[in-house]
Amino acid sequence: MLTNIIEQLLNGLRTGSIYALIALGYTMVYGIAKMINFAHGDIIMVGAYALYVAIINMQLPAIPAVLLTCVTCAVLGVVIEKVAYKPLRKAPPLAVLITAIGVSYFLQSASLLIFGATPIPFKSIINVPAVKLGSVTVSGLTIVTLIVTTVCMIALTLFINKTKAGSAMRAVSEDKGAASLMGINVNRTISMTFAIGSFLAAVAGILYICQYQSLRPTLGALPGIKAFVAAVLGGIGSVPGAMIGGILLGIIESISKAYISTELADAIVFGVLVVVLLVKPSGLMGKNSTEKV
Amino acid sequence: MKKKISKGFILEIAFIIASYVLLTILMKSGMLNRQYTALIVPVGVNIMLAVSLNLVTGFLGELSLGHACFMSIGAYTGALISTSMELPSYAEFFLALIAGGVMAAVFGFLIGVPVLRLHGDYLAIVTLAFGEIVKSVLNALPFTNGSKGLSKIPMYSNYQHYTLVFILVILTIVIITNLVKSRHGRAICSLRDNYIASESIGIPVSRFKVLAFVIGAFFAGIAGVVYAHNVGIIKPTTFDYNKSIEILVIVVLGGMGSIKGSIIAAVILTVLPEMLRGADDYRMLLYSIVLIVMMLFNNSEVKERLLEMNLFKRHQKEVD
Amino acid sequence: MALLEVNGLGISFGGLRAVDDFTINIEKGMLYGLIGPNGAGKTTVFNMLTGVYRPNNGTIKLDGENLVGKSPAQICQTGVARTFQNIRLFKKMTVLDNVKVALHNETKYSLWTSMFRLPGYFKKEKEMDQRALDILAVFGLEGQAQVMASNLPYGQQRKLEIARALATNPKLLLLDEPAAGMNPNETAELMETIKLVRDKFDVTILLIEHDMKLVAGICEYLTVLNFGTELASGTPDVVLHDPAVVTAYLGE
Repeated sequence: MLTNIIEQLLNGLRTGSIYALIALGYTMVYGIAKMINFAHGDIIMVGAYALYVAIINMQLPAIPAVLLTCVTCAVLGVVIEKVAYKPLRKAPPLAVLITAIGVSYFLQSASLLIFGATPIPFKSIINVPAVKLGSVTVSGLTIVTLIVTTVCMIALTLFINKTKAGSAMRAVSEDKGAASLMGINVNRTISMTFAIGSFLAAVAGILYICQYQSLRPTLGALPGIKAFVAAVLGGIGSVPGAMIGGILLGIIESISKAYISTELADAIVFGVLVVVLLVKPSGLMGKNSTEKV
Repeated sequence: MKKKISKGFILEIAFIIASYVLLTILMKSGMLNRQYTALIVPVGVNIMLAVSLNLVTGFLGELSLGHACFMSIGAYTGALISTSMELPSYAEFFLALIAGGVMAAVFGFLIGVPVLRLHGDYLAIVTLAFGEIVKSVLNALPFTNGSKGLSKIPMYSNYQHYTLVFILVILTIVIITNLVKSRHGRAICSLRDNYIASESIGIPVSRFKVLAFVIGAFFAGIAGVVYAHNVGIIKPTTFDYNKSIEILVIVVLGGMGSIKGSIIAAVILTVLPEMLRGADDYRMLLYSIVLIVMMLFNNSEVKERLLEMNLFKRHQKEVD
Repeated sequence: MALLEVNGLGISFGGLRAVDDFTINIEKGMLYGLIGPNGAGKTTVFNMLTGVYRPNNGTIKLDGENLVGKSPAQICQTGVARTFQNIRLFKKMTVLDNVKVALHNETKYSLWTSMFRLPGYFKKEKEMDQRALDILAVFGLEGQAQVMASNLPYGQQRKLEIARALATNPKLLLLDEPAAGMNPNETAELMETIKLVRDKFDVTILLIEHDMKLVAGICEYLTVLNFGTELASGTPDVVLHDPAVVTAYLGE
């Protein structure tokens, strides 16, 4: 029984850390551009297909393929921002949201055109043997996922808090106008945010596809929406919040699937979100903002 | 001034009759092929959904990403009634409509009350979450038949009953338009513009926020009933957040707070994908590009220039 | 009995005592000024009077009725209306509708009447139009009734906010820096309008200003607030020559 619980927790941790990586993209973009980037989930999908093309069509070895995938997604993220979101920076938030939905449809239908609707099987590129700790078996994928996410999160935290570019990001998310008066290049900072967010989404996409081993044009939708929920759960705009929210969500999901009901797992996940927001309207780590009268 | 109002009223009546006559001619003369006659009811359903969502998003000013959830409540309630009862068809459908609408309104209330404290993006995400919860519960309940959904629903509102659907659509539009131009509607709009000021002039803020949700949900429920009795089969996945977003796109493209805009956008966005069917594989791609370009255009300087020119022209006319 | 009786009102934000032991009594029909330097706590007093903030201690009574703990909407219905320092109009609604919303609790008809345009609708709407236009006329805004509120020039927006507050038929009207951002001519004109409003609408007015000259011109009684506490109270003549007040305004 205990073994089982630990294994379920590890599963949850693995899925949760993938959610956390994606949630970081949502939260960073929200913090800096005050927009929900609905197309973020589809970056994961692009990442998965990019990896497929690099490995199968271009016959690249694993590491260059992974690098190529991440760079492709980062560039894509920046291009999307420049083409579709930047012209709308002064537009009402809803207009931006709808445009993001348009971008999401575009990415999905483009990959549908290129790769077709039938799922493509894809063999995991992570070939690390499982480790046995007492009676608990930890799969190689879990180990790699946990290591990769931990590294990404530490690197991101250091980047945001210790580098000049990172403090520029924080400044822009506090106050765009003031930041630009202080000589910060706001456009470049926003581009950088999209690049980092999409890079993390690509990493998440690679890990995700190694877990599910099947490619579909809509594969990004579900992890996308879950990660979005995770970002809100943790307090959208907060980087540590996204990490905690993602992991928490993954664990809740895996435990409910294992011990309550597979069908109701989603309902439980979303139910937790609703309850958290009702108690703490700005998420676990979000800043409470009240309008000044 | 009074004369002006009654003139507008007559024009509206004339327009309704004219559109019904046009619809009848199109339906009876065989000018529309089957592909297009099959679109008549979906267009009506989307108009009802868009107009009712506009009440919440356009007039109350709260982004709702769970409108399809209310639609699903209506659809399931209505379908359960018409598949399980043995009444004359019109009585059964009438009962289904009322029950579907009321049940959806009850859910509107259940969702509206807890989200009172929330605003903006957080409220939006909670409506989305509620939608997904309802979807997975529908998936798990025994009497909704899980993921297979309900089938063999009698076709009480398919294209042959277009008159009935037409009446329901007009009723939805008229009631919501009336509401918006009343003391209740003004209170709802005032919340959108500045809720602190609304409170300060004695508007019971919570009551009107919930009211907008409940009325919006009621008509989405009715739309769900019509939808269910048009296609005959309903599944939980039909009503996922993509459907909610589809409705939202109609409202935003039509213009927030513009009922006419919602109607026009609902017609275009329902027919457009069908017209693009010739392009088949490229259909969704074209649709998404149209969507992005329209949003960019809507908020661009080009449009503002055009509007200015237009205003200028009108002004010139007045001077002449 | 005074119309408004405020006793020992106090509120803290975090560790900061924003307003402490604030006491005033305003007689019916009075034009009362609340003045003080920036950050003295004037708007905080307004926010407590209108239920936006709940005071930590003290009592507020309007015509003997307790206001503490009521919601802003309930307080409005008991007869307190206000304007805001940073104008809060319903920007996407017309000037006429801005006033008509405020008639919400004055002229009523049911939700069914709204949705189905039952006969009462047209009669009541006409009544509301007339009443709203009458109020707008006092401010010279009747010609702009169909203009979108956000398209009004700044000075008229301030006036519209007062008109909207008056439409709720208040006993007490709170004006938060009504002349802020106006030039001297506009200010003088506004002050005349405020006097006119008091007489025409039979309303008691409490107004916040930090332009002393202006306040002295129209207010019958003043209270000066500094760092959240009362510095002086009395007729303008007395208060404005009070050495403590002069120091607070001009510094040592």
